[in-house]
Amino acid sequence: MFVPGNNPGMMADAHIYGPDSIMLDLEDSVTMAEKDAARLLVHNALKSIDFGGTEMVVRINPLSTPYGKKDVEAVVKAGVDVIRMPKTETADEVRELEAEIVKVETELGCVGRTLIMAAIESALGVVNAFEIATASKRMMGIALGAEDYSANLKTQRTPGGAELLLARETIVVAARAAGIACFDTVYSNLDDMDTFRKEVELIKTLGFDGKSIINPRQIEVVNEVFAPSQKAIDKALRIIAAIKEAQAKGSGVIAVNGKMVDRPVVIRAERTIALAIASGILSQEEAL
Amino acid sequence: MEIKNAVAGTLESGDIMIQIAPGDGLQVDLQSSVAAQFGRQIKALITETLTGLGIDNAYVKATDKGALDCTIRARVTAAAVRATGKDVWKD
Repeated sequence: MFVPGNNPGMMADAHIYGPDSIMLDLEDSVTMAEKDAARLLVHNALKSIDFGGTEMVVRINPLSTPYGKKDVEAVVKAGVDVIRMPKTETADEVRELEAEIVKVETELGCVGRTLIMAAIESALGVVNAFEIATASKRMMGIALGAEDYSANLKTQRTPGGAELLLARETIVVAARAAGIACFDTVYSNLDDMDTFRKEVELIKTLGFDGKSIINPRQIEVVNEVFAPSQKAIDKALRIIAAIKEAQAKGSGVIAVNGKMVDRPVVIRAERTIALAIASGILSQEEAL
Repeated sequence: MEIKNAVAGTLESGDIMIQIAPGDGLQVDLQSSVAAQFGRQIKALITETLTGLGIDNAYVKATDKGALDCTIRARVTAAAVRATGKDVWKD
């Protein structure tokens, strides 16, 4: 969930709504005149506020601006989990960010702590998606930024999202090939929850791991769409139990309800259980 | 350290507006709806933050809207950076 980096009230309350991840924004939601103050606010908030274990991400300004490197220093020193790099177009940009992170981490004695998420927001970024996704071991995910992308394509966003289809599919395929996560773009019309739900259903079908949101009201819809059904959870639990039993007996091929269970079925079952836990409908203990 | 007039922060809920001006010694004028309960701690935090940044002479007007300590520290530091023209923040 995006939270403006210059709004301390929103920052302090964000984790109460239970997002999987909080993304404090130093880029587009902060005016040029407030970049310095927002950076200090985010730095101090990361160091002091108990976000209840929520993954903390900061969207920095591009390194090509006078703010980007200062943002990296401030948030790495504050112990951020993930840095989101905006408008990523090439693998070299990821490596440049990594070099900046290493500089600060070396000073702190914690090399390797900070992960990177790259936002792809242009045609060139989409063309280079796999190279970007594999540019560093720190890459944890790639994300689509659709406003800049559709402007770059010389089109505009539509409710059906036809203009984003190639970018979305390319990003999912690149992320899967690289073994990292992928996140869809924001949907900004808070008054149209029906279209928002359809968009979440679409991106789940395409294979995304999640969706960026801009308001706590959107959390419930994303969780509802991504949450597996009770039937699917029960089936997944039966598969995992059968696999464990088979491993204990030392047998290879197994069947559940008369159907052979092979590796893709197990992977899907594991993902179903992980989603059920993330959605809060299954506890870690129940999944064991 | 020489300073000029500077402002940081807003009057939104959860924030604090810090106005700094040249002065003799550190003088903090605080307006806050929780001044009776936390006024002394807020003033101490403002003074401590400025002293830590090497600023011993300034008049500070602080308008608090229920800011957390980390917000107060961030806004005082931002105002100090702007007042001195130097990137004085360091961990």
